[in-house]
Amino acid sequence: MSRYDLSQLQNIVTALLDEARRQGATQAEAGVHAQQGLDVTVRLGETETIEHTNDHGLGISVYFGQRKGSANTTDLRPEAIRETVAAACGIARHTEEDPAAGLADAKLMIQEVPDLDLNHPWDIDAQQAASLALECEDAARAFDPRIDNSEGASVHTQNSLFVYGNTHGFVGGYPTTRHSLSCAVLATQDGEMQRDHWYTTSRLAGELESARSVGEEAARRTVARLGSRKPATTECPVIFKADIATSLMRALFGAIRGSALYRKASFLLNQLGEPIFPDWVNISENPLLIRGLASAPFDNEGVATRANQIIDGGVLRTYLLDSYSGRKLGMQSTGHAGGVHNARIENTGESLQQLMERIERGLIVTELMGQGSNPVTGDYSRGAAGYWVEDGEIAYPVSEFTIAANLRDMFSGLLAVGGDNHIPGSIDTGSWLIERMTVAGN
Amino acid sequence: MNDALQLAQATLLDAPGLSEQALSQVMDRMLSRQVDAADIYFQYSRLESWVLEDGIVREGNHSIEQGAGLRAMSGEKTGFAYTDDLALPQLLDAAEAARAIARAGSSGSQAIARRAAATPLYTPTNPLTSLSEQEKLELLRRLDAQARALDPRVQQVIVSLVAVHDTVLVIDNEGRLAGDVRPLVRLNVNVIVEQNGRREQGSAGGGARRALDFFLEEDRANDYAREAVRQALVNLEAVDAPAGLLPVVLGPGWPGVLLHEAVGHGLEGDFNRKGTSAFSGRMGEQVASPLCTVVDDGTLPDRRGSLSVDDEGTPTQQTVLIENGVLKGYMQDRMNARLMGVNPTGNGRRESYAHLPMPRMTNTYMLAGEHDPQEIIASVDRGLYAVNFGGGQVDITSGKFVFSASEAYLIEKGKVTAPVKGATLIGNGPEAMTRISMVGNDLELDSGIGTCGKEGQSVPVGVGQPTLRIDELTVGGTAA
Repeated sequence: MSRYDLSQLQNIVTALLDEARRQGATQAEAGVHAQQGLDVTVRLGETETIEHTNDHGLGISVYFGQRKGSANTTDLRPEAIRETVAAACGIARHTEEDPAAGLADAKLMIQEVPDLDLNHPWDIDAQQAASLALECEDAARAFDPRIDNSEGASVHTQNSLFVYGNTHGFVGGYPTTRHSLSCAVLATQDGEMQRDHWYTTSRLAGELESARSVGEEAARRTVARLGSRKPATTECPVIFKADIATSLMRALFGAIRGSALYRKASFLLNQLGEPIFPDWVNISENPLLIRGLASAPFDNEGVATRANQIIDGGVLRTYLLDSYSGRKLGMQSTGHAGGVHNARIENTGESLQQLMERIERGLIVTELMGQGSNPVTGDYSRGAAGYWVEDGEIAYPVSEFTIAANLRDMFSGLLAVGGDNHIPGSIDTGSWLIERMTVAGN
Repeated sequence: MNDALQLAQATLLDAPGLSEQALSQVMDRMLSRQVDAADIYFQYSRLESWVLEDGIVREGNHSIEQGAGLRAMSGEKTGFAYTDDLALPQLLDAAEAARAIARAGSSGSQAIARRAAATPLYTPTNPLTSLSEQEKLELLRRLDAQARALDPRVQQVIVSLVAVHDTVLVIDNEGRLAGDVRPLVRLNVNVIVEQNGRREQGSAGGGARRALDFFLEEDRANDYAREAVRQALVNLEAVDAPAGLLPVVLGPGWPGVLLHEAVGHGLEGDFNRKGTSAFSGRMGEQVASPLCTVVDDGTLPDRRGSLSVDDEGTPTQQTVLIENGVLKGYMQDRMNARLMGVNPTGNGRRESYAHLPMPRMTNTYMLAGEHDPQEIIASVDRGLYAVNFGGGQVDITSGKFVFSASEAYLIEKGKVTAPVKGATLIGNGPEAMTRISMVGNDLELDSGIGTCGKEGQSVPVGVGQPTLRIDELTVGGTAA
């Protein structure tokens, strides 16, 4: 276990803030974290790696009026506190007056930090973790005779402590845990080799999917890729499988975050109050979700988070602002220093099968490759793999093609969101059916 | 004598008060089990960054990372633990945790016997102090002013400057001690331009294992500003990119990200030992057109991807990966080399002391061919000419790879015509390489901007290539 507890981290934050004031800062904010974890990987029935993770860090930002400087270190010893504050002050001597610089408004600070039940340490040692990973890999390897190699199965568990404080007088923090189990296997058929993986992750070990089901899903996904063809170049409807559709939600959040907006580096400038999606689309976030993987009672500036309707009836209802971008835009922080917490899109009730029947012919995309999404223009072009759908049924797997469109058109051309989400994560969505995209293949 | 090694010893052993005897004690703790190999990696890294935005230097950061990673290996098994406290009790605890992977027994002990001497490929300088703070800030302001003065359509300029001073020391179970002091600097200019409501961005930059004066030489920094504005203005005119199979001509330099994705990752030793790469078991086979010779070379002086010694203390080298189209070599770290019965190639790299080393690329490039670049463009009736790229990605098992063009043009009847919007190109590594039909005489390396990610670890790398023609590659535009 960690050498540190919550009260020690709180003392370090307080010492950092005191030292910053002593060195002349008019405002300051500080964060400290300590993480402990275990990563065990097995491959082909044998333990392959046992990694003990053990990370610490402290960071401080100081303000001299409107000038800002920051410093951080992995060293939590008392002597590091003065040196790190001095380094931050050294930086602030050279940065320039920035009218938007400073802490978030004092009145936005969280008053009382609620317990969101995010801390459930997993009492598991390396041998037990290896046994669980072996059970997972064994299930994958036994699933189908074409599974003939493995990249292994891993169990990961991490306990984190973090504390944030600033010179408004707020100091708060809490412990969290995160555990996961994952598996990746290979399959061969007629000289074609394919690989895929599956995983489960949770705050609470007891809520992880079973080792067997994770292994079998990894194997099922891998085998399903065999016999893949390259599709013809065409235009067609595209279904983004639920676990891939999360990336479209992220593209939306990236475009409405304050830093992209004030830099004019977004394809969704000046869209507050405007329709972005069809009128049945509702996207919300709940940062206070009990045991949520992205839950956080306050953001990275101590601002109380709250439930938000981001898209309401297809209309953009809020930007995602921290205090800096808020001031740049003449608005107030929305508690999004650190991003969106537990976002969710309402589904239209169809199963994946019903989505396929609705399009008759088109694509299901199960994997995306590369970074071909331009945040400034919304132009979207990415490598993909998945299945070709013919007569409302999966016809064969496809790979080595791209899908392209503009994100504006993809959002306004969203026809349905499936009720097929079963993956707990920070973004909760079913599969997305997009009216039309360009597929480039043969 | 080795200056870098002496500096590393002073920073990482003398400063925290670790004697050679203490080190032997830690190593012996790991060797008190049946291990085949073990090492301790010490690191002290300082980073400074500055960001200019909206005409003001609004942010700066100073960062220190230090710690030691301890690794014990037995067959294919690895035990690993690390500590950010370099005191002896913490090091012994980490040794205890790392050795738990191995069976009971003993592997003997070994005092520090050999100090690895490697040819230094860069000066063990501290780039953070190589310019005064005033000079750093003036550089940022000058680039901002220059970018804005170049064209009234420039709306936003973001300039960032990063300097890293990284000191490492590695000791292994054979008593070998190696050290390195690694400077790394990076400057980037990003602009947003606007015309009639249409906005586009451009980005350019460079870097090296040098002090910050690197950017003041040969007008480099100013070139980045000019290049970023030029790219953004080209993109204002871009039309929809074509969709489908087309001949593709790749420009020299940074488009070498093709090689990094299409063949580089697939030739890393770990994937080939495990048989998970599309190139596994194909040594000696024709895997590319006979025009292709591809090397990985960690010995290029001052390059971003270069290392005097890798993170396991092995001196880097030039490794021929593909010679005249024939697969010749894999990139190896010590563990995979030992398990495959070959020599390590100086490709054992790690993001930091808190990460395990694995085979990684350094500077990966294709040697020059014989064609005039103009002749290559002229050979294409209808195709794509791509000269700048964002990132790429590869599925090493299926061989499928992508890389995304950020500046590209149509080729029509042998001439470069309209600029097209960014598009992702996708292919199959071994197939794409056999379709390379012309290789230019204009080999260039990139400007020092590459970062490679593998299993969650990022390391700086270089790429390069001459102009080359691929007869057929899928271009992911929207104009079907």
